Amino acid sequence: MWNFPLVPPTASKEGEAISLLYWTITTIAIVFGTIVLLGAIYLAVRYRASNNAVDRSNATDSDLRIELAWTLIPLVIAMVMFGWAAKLYADIYAPREGYYEVFVIGKQWMWHCQHPNGARENNMLTLPAGRLVKVSLISQDVIHAFSIPAFRVKRDAVPGRYNAMYFTPTKPGVYHLFCTEYCGTKHAEMIGKVVVLPENEFQKWLEKNAPGATAAAATAATTGSAAAPATGGTLTLAQQGEQVFKALGCNACHLNPNSPVKVPDLTKTWGDTIKLTDGRVVKGDEAYIRESILNPAAKIREGYQNLMPPYQGQVSEEQLVQLIAYIKSLAGASNGGK
Amino acid sequence: MSIQELGKQSATLEYTGEVHHHADGILGEQFETLEQQNTAYLIGMWAFIVQEVLFFGAIFTAYAVYRFKYVLEFTLAHHELSVPIGTLNTFVLLFSSYTMARAVRAAMQNRHTKQAFYLLLTFLFAGVFMVNKYFEYGAKFEHHLFPNAYYSAHEIVEHAKAKGELRVVVEDGREMYELGKTIRGEFKPFKKVSPEEFEQRTKLFFGFYFVMTGLHGLHVLVGMIVIAILIGRALIDHMKNKPIADYMPVEMTGLYWHLVDIVWIFLFPLLYLIGR
Amino acid sequence: MATTTYTGGQKQNYLNWKTTLASWLFTLDHKRIAILYLVSISIFFLLGGLAAGVVRAELATPKGDLLTSDVYNKMFSAHGIIMIFLFLIPSIPAVFGNFLLPLMIGARDVAFPRLNLLSWYVFMAGAACILIAILRGGIDTGWTFYTPYSSSFAKGEVSLAIVGIFLTGFSSIFTGINFLVTIHKMRAPGMTWFRLPLFVWAMYATSLIQVLGTPVVAITLLLVAVERTFRIGIFDPSLGGDPILFQHLFWFYSHPAVYIMILPAMGVISEVISAFSKRRVFGYHFVAFSSLAIAIIGFLVWGHHMYTSGQSMYAGIVFSFLTWIVAIPSAIKTFNWMATIWKGRVHWDTPMLYALGFMGLFVIGGLTGLHLAALATNVHLTDTYFVVAHFHYVMVGGAIMGYLAALHFWWPKMTGRMYPEGWGKLAALLVFVGFNLTFFPQFLLGYMGMPRRYHSYPEEWAVLNLLSTAGSTVLGLGYLLPVIYLTWSLKYGTVVTERNPWGARGLEWELVDTPPDPHNFERTPIVTRPAYDYNHPEEPTGFVPKPRPVVVGGKDG
Repeated sequence: MWNFPLVPPTASKEGEAISLLYWTITTIAIVFGTIVLLGAIYLAVRYRASNNAVDRSNATDSDLRIELAWTLIPLVIAMVMFGWAAKLYADIYAPREGYYEVFVIGKQWMWHCQHPNGARENNMLTLPAGRLVKVSLISQDVIHAFSIPAFRVKRDAVPGRYNAMYFTPTKPGVYHLFCTEYCGTKHAEMIGKVVVLPENEFQKWLEKNAPGATAAAATAATTGSAAAPATGGTLTLAQQGEQVFKALGCNACHLNPNSPVKVPDLTKTWGDTIKLTDGRVVKGDEAYIRESILNPAAKIREGYQNLMPPYQGQVSEEQLVQLIAYIKSLAGASNGGK
Repeated sequence: MSIQELGKQSATLEYTGEVHHHADGILGEQFETLEQQNTAYLIGMWAFIVQEVLFFGAIFTAYAVYRFKYVLEFTLAHHELSVPIGTLNTFVLLFSSYTMARAVRAAMQNRHTKQAFYLLLTFLFAGVFMVNKYFEYGAKFEHHLFPNAYYSAHEIVEHAKAKGELRVVVEDGREMYELGKTIRGEFKPFKKVSPEEFEQRTKLFFGFYFVMTGLHGLHVLVGMIVIAILIGRALIDHMKNKPIADYMPVEMTGLYWHLVDIVWIFLFPLLYLIGR
Repeated sequence: MATTTYTGGQKQNYLNWKTTLASWLFTLDHKRIAILYLVSISIFFLLGGLAAGVVRAELATPKGDLLTSDVYNKMFSAHGIIMIFLFLIPSIPAVFGNFLLPLMIGARDVAFPRLNLLSWYVFMAGAACILIAILRGGIDTGWTFYTPYSSSFAKGEVSLAIVGIFLTGFSSIFTGINFLVTIHKMRAPGMTWFRLPLFVWAMYATSLIQVLGTPVVAITLLLVAVERTFRIGIFDPSLGGDPILFQHLFWFYSHPAVYIMILPAMGVISEVISAFSKRRVFGYHFVAFSSLAIAIIGFLVWGHHMYTSGQSMYAGIVFSFLTWIVAIPSAIKTFNWMATIWKGRVHWDTPMLYALGFMGLFVIGGLTGLHLAALATNVHLTDTYFVVAHFHYVMVGGAIMGYLAALHFWWPKMTGRMYPEGWGKLAALLVFVGFNLTFFPQFLLGYMGMPRRYHSYPEEWAVLNLLSTAGSTVLGLGYLLPVIYLTWSLKYGTVVTERNPWGARGLEWELVDTPPDPHNFERTPIVTRPAYDYNHPEEPTGFVPKPRPVVVGGKDG
């Protein structure tokens, strides 16, 4: 029973960097902690009341130089640590290019993951080793948090908005996946596994788990039931999105050369810099596309009118993910950034 | 006696069995001087007012966030509020602040009947405010604008339609609301929402309306109770023919009353006026 | 005004001068109100501790086998809500702040005695609401009440608990206002700001937070209750609200709230270390101003609870920067305490043991705060047992050690009886050892990623969790001991009649009877010397009594 672990496995590039920072701060903490703990005990023993053999003369009770020393030295250390940590934080949260993207939807009490080729997993996430991965997160009900300790990454899945994080798995293996934001009765059961495969095995896995033989992907997605099998349909995520696109009748106007009205060109939406009628400029990212589907009027592209009905309450989070993947694929960005 | 002598004496002082009592009842037993007591009360009241500002500040912040987010829905919803009653109440409260200031002045001069008179006026103004509020709230209930399970945005939609600020359109067999403005007979839409969303967001507006004015109304009620007590005290002072009475309770109630007034001065434009 | 009714042989004091129940329930005496708080929060502490024991018992094994997940969730919620709102926030301010502030500054009472009593009643009403909510099926939102879970999903009496927290919040605001005014206006002649004991400075900073922060959480939780009752979309995105807004408003108070818990403990430690080292606190001005710095900067760091929530990355960076800054004043305090011991005459009595224990545990808690202040490591550690261990080191290792130090230090002054020294030392040792056994393993678990609020966990963490549970029994025993021997000492403890059994400096020791007279001082003192004036042992006292003042309009003084 004594061979229990004391440190987590480290299985991502970012995780290694964060570990180094962790152990540096820990070292600083141990040094300062030891100074204070042993120092206080040493002083309290040495200057015990019964000990008259010590020199108590010239016991000042204030000294500006020494105060400044123990204010400024910790301050300098603090600023260095702050900057270092902020840099690593930006590495995992700031947008990056050239990633493999997985969409993760949290709901009470399971994780539902979707790959760009349409493969779907519940409470499992299979990832390639050695590639930058982007996890896009959203929740269907309450706030959850997607945590993979072995990668030292975590992000909240918040209802109504996309959060993303980036990391590069390095070591093939099986790792814990947790929900770390308290989400109700079965919070502790909202757990799973992250499987990291070498690139070639991952490709095989993708092929094997690519959606099966039916064209019912869009229908399966619509129901969005927790009992849905971990794989569904024959289609990639973008193709599923295309199905949804047609099922909702978006193609009556969008991508239709004979459109009765003037609509923005969806092949030039993803990643584009979009000027709005009110003069604001936004980036064509997931949040923008999501908002423009759910509430098109919120941000109208310059030169266009608000003609599209909002789809709030008519599309599920899974369908939104598929639609976004489809629109991304239109811009030639189906598998990773531009 | 020098400080040193006093110091020697202190070491030998014993308990003498005397109790501090401040016989006239004005000076609290814990205080040394009246000046100390009065400034203590003032600082305490100001600290309480700061606390109130943060209390209302937090909810104003939340309101600002959603007013920014749902500006058109909130604008249409706020048309349902009665500006005449709101204006009337604003003036009623402003007048009551004036009478309150006169009451404080009278209290400082120990003119008990005058003080009671102005307090009574203040009380009556506050009463008028609450009666107006009662009718205002009643109308909201009647029109299903109280944000409970019976809430309905029906009236807001009808009024907005009539003013040309909302248009119902049907898309794929679903009713949708277009929010916009009619300029020279032509409807210019800014935003399209589903009826459910429209109901949710206008309900949010009335949620804020009732929470904010409700909390404010509660403050008015508390103020009225305190003022009523003060009127009683002033009359008793008058009957007892007291030459000097403690004016601090009136002074502090005055501060509180001005706070209540100022909160309304912010509430009124934020809820009733902006976007009109 | 009431006169002395006590006619026994013993000198009149605040405990024996009236003994009816009504004389306690309607007392305006700050010392008696402190005792009322002491009794009530001790009961709440035991209740909260019981819930913690149940939680640890469940976690002794990896499987969720002792309780259902629902009951487990209600248990940790009850533990958090009771400990934070009913014990930690009122602990040192309401008990020792009330008892000591007037004594330390040379006043007969706090500025507003009636408001003070009202605070206690409002607190008890709030506590009743919370306890009824827990007894009537419980609540499973955790003490943080995160939306939309608390507003749209959680079952049970969430709204009632919120009303309770609202009330205890206002109790806390009233206490804060009372202390602010007391410190500003009630200081005896000569008691200048820089002659104030550092406990008073700490209480001043604490009161500022109570007055400025609490109203925000009160209104925020009220909005959650409104959303629950009327289904208005304030924080639930499915109704059009924003759950992140709730987190901003909630932490705007709840981060400064941890300083409500720790600042008074720091004040106590300054007093105790000085008294048992027989030396003036080193760097008085730095220690005093560091309390204010913590209170002020503490209001600007709330976003560090939200690094992973989806707030802007740049906001996270700013909040992290300020969080690193707020760590500095705590470091300053710790170094100054060490320098206070240097060249002192250290007496190893129980309060000093607790104070040294405080320094040890608080330093570990504070330094692990650095891991959490750092953005990247926070992402890994937040919402894991690392956070649980960190804040227990600060709040339990810090605040409760400070509370126990204060309880032992001022026990003879409060009760006129001495606690048994041997048992005191044993309990201090048990608390220290038990505490570390309980919570140190949780740092390791947290670094491995064990999420907090988990009812079951993977097998490989079984040993460390078992160790933690075992430690919690030692800790529980350590807390139970003082309850027993302090109660015992009320009747059988050595009687203390001298004013200053510790030979400490400060008005409450040098000029106030043991136990204090109902009116504290016979005469208003005039203060002529700085606090902690241990450097002149030949002079017995630095205070001069002042002739009683003439009252305007009064018949006699």
